[in-house]
This record gives sequence, C-alpha cells and structure tokens, in this order.
Amino acid sequence: MLPIVQHPAAAKEFVNDPNRSRWHDQALWFVRSKRDKQAASLPEWEYLRETASGIKTHTIANLSHYLQQFERNATARGAVVHWARDAEHHNEIVLRILRDHKTKRIVKSKSMLTEECGLNHYLEDNGIDVVDTDLGERIVQLRGETPSHIVLPAIHIKKEEVGDTFHKHLGTDEGASDPKYLAEAARGHLRDKFLAGEIGITGVNFAIAETGGLVVCTNEGNADLGTSLPRVHIACMGIEKLLPRQRDLGVFTRLLARSATGQPITSYTSHFNGPRDENSELHIVLVDNGRSRLRESETFRAAMHCIRCGACMNTCPVYRRSGGHSYRATVPGPIGSVLSPTRDQNSYKSLPYACSLCGSCSDVCPVKIPLHHQLLAWRGELVGKKLLPVSKRLSMRCASYLFRFPALFRLVGRVGRFALRVLPRWATHNRLNVWTIARELPEPPKESFHQWHRRHRNH
Amino acid sequence: MKPTLADTDARQGILDRINTKHVDVPPLPDVDVDRVIQFDEPIDKFVEMLAMVGGQAHQVDSQGDVRAVLEEIEVFRTATRIVSLAPESIAGTIDATQIEDPHDLSTVDWTIARGEFMVAENGSIWIDGDTLPHRVLLFIAQYLAIVVPRSQIVSNMHQAYERIENFSARFGVFVSGPSKTADIEQSLVLGAHGCRKLQVFIVGDL
Ligand code: SF4
Repeated sequence: MLPIVQHPAAAKEFVNDPNRSRWHDQALWFVRSKRDKQAASLPEWEYLRETASGIKTHTIANLSHYLQQFERNATARGAVVHWARDAEHHNEIVLRILRDHKTKRIVKSKSMLTEECGLNHYLEDNGIDVVDTDLGERIVQLRGETPSHIVLPAIHIKKEEVGDTFHKHLGTDEGASDPKYLAEAARGHLRDKFLAGEIGITGVNFAIAETGGLVVCTNEGNADLGTSLPRVHIACMGIEKLLPRQRDLGVFTRLLARSATGQPITSYTSHFNGPRDENSELHIVLVDNGRSRLRESETFRAAMHCIRCGACMNTCPVYRRSGGHSYRATVPGPIGSVLSPTRDQNSYKSLPYACSLCGSCSDVCPVKIPLHHQLLAWRGELVGKKLLPVSKRLSMRCASYLFRFPALFRLVGRVGRFALRVLPRWATHNRLNVWTIARELPEPPKESFHQWHRRHRNH
Repeated sequence: MKPTLADTDARQGILDRINTKHVDVPPLPDVDVDRVIQFDEPIDKFVEMLAMVGGQAHQVDSQGDVRAVLEEIEVFRTATRIVSLAPESIAGTIDATQIEDPHDLSTVDWTIARGEFMVAENGSIWIDGDTLPHRVLLFIAQYLAIVVPRSQIVSNMHQAYERIENFSARFGVFVSGPSKTADIEQSLVLGAHGCRKLQVFIVGDL
C-alpha cells in the first residue's frame, strides 16, 4: 500500500522557508499573468473553451470507437500500436522494445505519463541509460529529484542551485548562475547525448483518430531532435489523449500554450504520421493505468479532459505557496488532487483539502473541468467513507448539531464572544491549537448579528 | 514486430471495460469560423507575433534579395556549412540529399528551409516534411531561416488546419520562433536544443 500523504505536513518545510515560498508564489503568478494576457487577446476565448470541452466530452464518451479508429489508421501508416493495462505493463512493453533493438542509450523528451509509470527508474534498474532532454527535467534528474510541476519541472529550484548542480555534473564554473550561461552548457551537454541516443522516447500531446497521427508540442525542440536522429521512436500516451479529427487541433493548439505559459503557440508543434521512413520504426504505447475506471465515474469523468497545461497549478493559492512536491504525486495542484485519490483514496485523502475552494482553477482550465466542484465532491465521498481524522469528523458533527438548534447557537455565540475577551493568551496560543501557530484570534464583536439586526430592523 | 499475446489481452481488457459503460453526450461540435478572430492586415500581425516569439521577419520583393539580407548577419557571413532547401533564394554548401545518416548533419551551421504558409495569430510557419531530405535539418542547425511566399498566409489555426486537411506527409511542423527555454527561474533563453535564432523571409514573388 502507498504511504499516506498528509499535505500540511508535506508542505511544512517549503512554507516555513519564507523566501522560497514567496519567490515560488511570485514566479507562478508571473506565468499566470502571461496566460491572462493571451486569453484576453482572443475575443473567442470562452467559445474555444466550450468547444474544447465539447470535443473532449464527446471523445471520452466514444473512446472505444476512437481508440480502434486510431489504432487502424496508425497501423496503416506503419506504426506499431501497443496496449498497456497499467504502469508496470507499460514499462515492460518499453523495455521489450529496447531489448529487441539491443539498445542501452535512450533520449527522452518530456512525458508526464512516463513519470506516472516510473519508467526512468524501471529502465535504470534494468541497465538502460535514460537521459531526460527537457532542460527542466534534466535539472531535476541530475539532482535526483522529480518534477514539481507538469509544465515547469524545475520551477521550485533557484538558479544558484542549478549552478551548483551543473558545476558538479557538467563542469560549469563554480558559483556561476546566469541562466543563459547555464542553458548554453546544457545545450552542449545534451547535444552529445542526442547524437549518442539509440532510441527516442516522447510523450504525446494529441493523437488523431481520423489520421492515426500524433502531435507533440515543445519549446526546446528536444522531442524533434530526439526522434529525428535515432531510427526508433517510442511514443507513450494515456488513452485520453485522443482527438477525433485533425481539425480539432485548431481548437487545442490555440488553447494549450496560451494556458500553459502565455505563449501564442509552442515553438514547435510537430505532427508525426507513422515512422520517419521505411527503415525506421514508430511504436505507440496506449496506456490505461486506471483511466478506463475513472471514465466510469459520473462525478470525475471530466478529469479525463485534462490536456496537462498546468494553468490550474499556476493559479492555485495553495500550490503556489506549498510547492509541487507537497502533493507527493506526479501531477500536483488542483487536477492532481482530483486524480490522485482516484488511484488510492486512503493515501491521498488529504489532497482534496489542500484547497480553499476559491474556484480559480475551474476559471482558467482551458477544457472547463469543474475542478473545485470535483474537489468538493471528493470531500463528500471521503467523509462518507470515514477516511478523515477523528478531529475533523468530530468537529464537523458538533457544528452540524449547533446549526440545528438556534437557542444553543445563540448561547454558544455569547460564550464565545465572552471567552475571546477574557481568556489569557496561553489558553488560546498553545501546542494544542495548531490554528493559532501563525494567526491572531479576531477581536470579539460587541454583539451578534442577530442582536444588531433586532435593534435595526425597524429603521 | 508482432504484438504478443499479453498485448492482445490488454487491448481487449481495456476496450471491454470502456464498452461496459455507455455515456450519452451531444454530438461533436465544430468551430464556426465567423466567431473567431481574423486580421485585416495578417502580414502585419504575423510580423508582430514573430517578433514577440523571438524571431525576425524580413520582407523582400524577390527571392534574389534574400542573400543580401543574410550577408548582413555576422553569423551567416562566417558560416561554412549551409544547407539550402530554397536554392532559388540562396545556394547551400552541403547537399543534404547526398547524406545518408542524419548524424552526419550535426555540424550544420545554417539551414534555409521552405515554409508553405504563415499563421498570423501566433507567428508560426507550416513546414511540410516532404520538403526536407532529413527532418533533423530543422532542429540540428545552429541557425534557421525560412523562406515563405508573401501571398500564403492565414489568420488563425482553424484556417491553418483547413489548409492541411489532407496533408499526407510523414511529418509536418508549425515553427514559431527559435527554440527556447525558461526552465531556469523563468528567465527566457533563446536557443535551447534547436536553432538559436530564426529568420523568416516573406518573399513577394514566390
Ligand atoms: S485540469 Fe485544466 S487547467 Fe489543470 S492542467 Fe488540466 S487542462 Fe490545464
């Protein structure tokens, strides 16, 4: 069984470092502001979101049809389509392809799916050298970490820390932290890896049922470099990545980069139709790993619409301050807090509470997933299943009792106001009350709203 | 390679699971092009957006004018290994069609590629993979220039996909600016893994 994640405890270190927490918050707010500017530049933004949501709803409903259509067309173009029921199966399939080709050096571009499946570790344990080629992913890989954001994997790392890492692994000057200098060093380092790579692995942004083609979007050009040198390309995708028709890409390529980083489109939007030539191979691994089960849920099915743009993270007040690692999951932030408990309710039960229900995530989501409604729905399910700590369950029970009896409510109000006035500080600010660790109690009002209203209702 | 038995089992298992849950939804929506942005001066918009994404546009009357503009650029003047896929504009120094292994192109300084059309809203250019003897040319060259006919432009991505509705090449790509990264503290650096800079020639007589 997975260990139980307690988000508040997992976030503690990050939040307690005021420099990091604030800096992280501002970095992500900057990205969010760029997104706002791009969204505002298109009068049809809301129309696009609605259309995108409609396309995804339709696709997921008819997923079986589109998967088979995709398989037929991709195969006709010369690709080999594999089906993986879960993460482990996916890893086995990839390893088998590598073994069939007797390859040891892999260049990989960004793919949250392979992160989800733990592919890197699996391959390394089997003696394969995997190089992540996205700069952010390479940074976290060299540091032995995992991405803390799905689009900006190294957003939690400061440039001085990148400098240290590169000094150690790439031999850059000690203390050097200029992003331009560091990126240049990584370019040189990774060029060699690209040229030595024997097989390229990529993720997939969109797969087109009608054509059997794949679309991969990057800014760095790493997916393209990684697949146009070696003869074998393995593309790994979740079964929810499908779109019915090529023209549907018009909607999604307009939304994706604008939502993700505030760019009008990524530097490269590459369309792969089958293998590169007659002497090359394209393997497409379609991965379920819980998705077909998620599809059965009326409440959470829409989470399958996600195009992994990261906008909900950039806007989330909890994510921005607590950092991606506090979610202890491949996908953090609002969408991660919806998806993780579908994998294991007990382990991830604290995540739907790492949320203020402000609703900002639902407002920015380009495919209109009702994220905060889903987070609230999770709380309902978790309470029903008694998965919450006693302290929370008991206090909720008391509150519900209180609200049912007006006289009792009034009495408790009076006691509370009195207590706030007379209680000494040590009685409220002590180890037993975590709420007051960084907060002051409010000034007690002189009278309740009820009393105030009685005095004024005749005016 | 033939799929093994386990693969077939997984396939059936996944499809069965999906088929047991029927979901009723409205039909697939289509975009009404009258409801999306179009530009009166698409070229102006394209030039503006290309600058925003870090590329440089050059408007020239004829293909013959391309060389003079490139000669102004220091890193072009000093370049020795140039692959040109637009020989009417400029001659290259390497014939990529004679090269078998794409790895042999690792030292290319410049690639001059041909673009099919421009997209005004995002400064991107569609490149048809069939124009490339090796697709790596677009990504491995230190610098990239794209030559595109002035008359070939659309306003938005919906029109772009309409244009390539039946494209059947094995590869095609929208290129918008040079390769870039902001993975170190959100500082934008041009020249990640692909080209360091992008020059776009919008040619009148092409
Ligand atoms: S849930 Fe929506 S906003 Fe969040 S990553 Fe997915 S598509 Fe983007």
